[in-house]
Amino acid sequence: MVVIYKPRLARNAAICLTKEGNVALIEIRDVSKVYALGEVSQQALKDISLSIDKGAFVSIVGPSGSGKTTLLNLLGCLDKPTSGEVFINGTRTDQLNRRDAARFRGDHLGFIFQSFNLIPVLTVFENVEYPLQMIKDEPQSIRRPKVLAMLEAVGMAEHVRKLPDQLSGGQRQRVAIARALVASPKLVLADEPTASLDHVTAHNIITLMRGMRDTYGTTFVFSTHDPRIVGEAETRIALEDGQIEGTTQEEAVSC
Amino acid sequence: MLNIFKLAARNLRRYLRRTLLTVLLIVLGVTLVILFSGLSGSFKSMMIGIITDSNLGHLQLHRKGYVASIDTLPLNFNLKPAEYAQLREKLDTDPQIAGYAPRIKVGAMLSNFMETTSVRITAIDPDKELVVSPALPDRIKSKAWNKARHLLGPGEILVPMKIANALSIKEDDAIVLVATNRDGSVNGLTFKVVGLVEDVAGPQGKDGFIHLQDARTLLRIDGEEVSEVAVRVKDFSRLEKVRKHLAAGIADVKNPGGKPLFELHSWAELTPFATIAKMIDLLTVTMKIIMIGIVLISILNVMLMSVYERVREIGTIAAIGTSPMRIMGLFLAEGLFLGLIGATIGIVIGVGGIALLNLFKVQFTFAQMNLVLAPTIQVSEILTVSATVLFMAVAATLQPAWKASRMEPVDALRHV
Ligand SMILES: Nc1ncnc2c1ncn2[C@@H]1O[C@H](COP(=O)(O)OP(=O)(O)O)[C@@H](O)[C@H]1O
Ligand SMILES: [Mg+2]
Repeated sequence: MVVIYKPRLARNAAICLTKEGNVALIEIRDVSKVYALGEVSQQALKDISLSIDKGAFVSIVGPSGSGKTTLLNLLGCLDKPTSGEVFINGTRTDQLNRRDAARFRGDHLGFIFQSFNLIPVLTVFENVEYPLQMIKDEPQSIRRPKVLAMLEAVGMAEHVRKLPDQLSGGQRQRVAIARALVASPKLVLADEPTASLDHVTAHNIITLMRGMRDTYGTTFVFSTHDPRIVGEAETRIALEDGQIEGTTQEEAVSC
Repeated sequence: MLNIFKLAARNLRRYLRRTLLTVLLIVLGVTLVILFSGLSGSFKSMMIGIITDSNLGHLQLHRKGYVASIDTLPLNFNLKPAEYAQLREKLDTDPQIAGYAPRIKVGAMLSNFMETTSVRITAIDPDKELVVSPALPDRIKSKAWNKARHLLGPGEILVPMKIANALSIKEDDAIVLVATNRDGSVNGLTFKVVGLVEDVAGPQGKDGFIHLQDARTLLRIDGEEVSEVAVRVKDFSRLEKVRKHLAAGIADVKNPGGKPLFELHSWAELTPFATIAKMIDLLTVTMKIIMIGIVLISILNVMLMSVYERVREIGTIAAIGTSPMRIMGLFLAEGLFLGLIGATIGIVIGVGGIALLNLFKVQFTFAQMNLVLAPTIQVSEILTVSATVLFMAVAATLQPAWKASRMEPVDALRHV
């Protein structure tokens, strides 16, 4: 189900762990990211190669500063690697320009943020409607049933008229999940989606995300440094100092 | 598009106090411009109307050199009957001209048999004068005059108010005018006072009036000799065109020396009020520039703040795929809205203020004339002001909106 390349003895060699015949949804090859900080530079990712299958539910774990956010930003076409290649859904995304990257994100990706990042002046309904209306330019007759169905799926159907600041953190994240999924993306990326929530709510949110994966077949990659959440993922990629330190998964095939 | 405006409107409401303050500033600027151009425009046209309609006319024709020495009212600069006939031919055939009035101007001594003073006299053909100076009757204070529909007849004089007061001259009094003829001899004639004329701003504002026939008798002039011809055009807004046409028509009339015989002046060249009118125009332009400055600065300021405060929000919508153009559109819509609301309220208040001023008929005195303030504003002026405000609003928003659209989502999302 999930495919991971792991650095072997030689630096650029990789272990391929994928089901035979599967086409990877995410494939990154020898990706490094170096942040220049004036005189000094910080290498956030070091020659990472991995691939993730469609429909996977993957967590990236690791201590603060290990490179989780950096990796998710590269997967999300929000940032470009210093070297290496990134393929999402068969598209080489590390070379897209601003506008094409924005379009790619709108067409294929969904995002969930640590602090929910709902648009404060829009109601729950309008926040979920936003991607369809403002990014995909879909007509109202198509938008409405999609939004309502999605809000139903995340259990927020009763709150459509509320503004984000009338909701609890867990409720906001549910709305954010609905917003991330409403345009039927291939891949949803979530950087520490539960870090602002209490444990029970966090557990519920991860369970919801997993349920959405089961229902819609959407691939989820989320990062966390909360050990209680880590167990919820089927596959874990452990990052340490910008390198993959290990992977665990329920089911993996070597090739 | 509609959704962009919905978002823009909500964001403006979100920072309500700031939005109101900005709108207030724009309203202030627009209201000031509307009120000021309404007031100054109508004051200007009223003054021009009074000055041209009560004696200056729109255009004046003289023998070349007359205006330069007008202070002495020189008789030797009069137009000879044949020359005047040439002018009449030109004037009669010009369809743009409503009418013209021949005048003889002379400096004379006025005596009430006890006291004597000098006076400037304009001799007129009453019927023709009424066409060129329709407002002249308004300046005449007379009990009898209003009933008889004529200015004056032979043997009658309209005395300037100030002289009448100084010499205690009343209606129906008899006075004597004494004038020096061109040959140096002196002649006198008795007149009956039929009315007093108020002063009006302008070079001929303190003249007394007699009949053209009497002037010729007094000055021992034979035939249709005149000092000046005042012209009224049909459409004042086309005055410059008519002036050019007439100037071209008289340019080929030469004196024996080969120089042009006539000179043509427009009202603006003959009265110092033209300078005041120019100053008023300049002030109006200044007001507009101030308004533009207010709109630009206040909107630029508020939109820069708006972008800065919403960096993370911009990062979010950019990250989930909103195109840079759309983000720019969102902010431009906000700026446009601010301009639109400000312009609308400003115009409503400005036009309302003008309506109120008309309702209460504010009186004021200018150049010894009692005037009623009746400001008006043209629809085209309102449209120009609105268009300017909207354009400036968008122009002021361009930079902040551009900045928002160019933000890197990763950096923007990290922003706290
Ligand atoms: N924009 C940046 N500029 C400079 N250094 C950065 C930047 N973003 C991250 N880093 C550095 O890169 C490393 C990885 O950071 P990050 O990916 O945010 O880790 P994590 O999300 O696991 O906490 C850290 O050492 C961090 O200081
Ligand atoms: Mg992080």
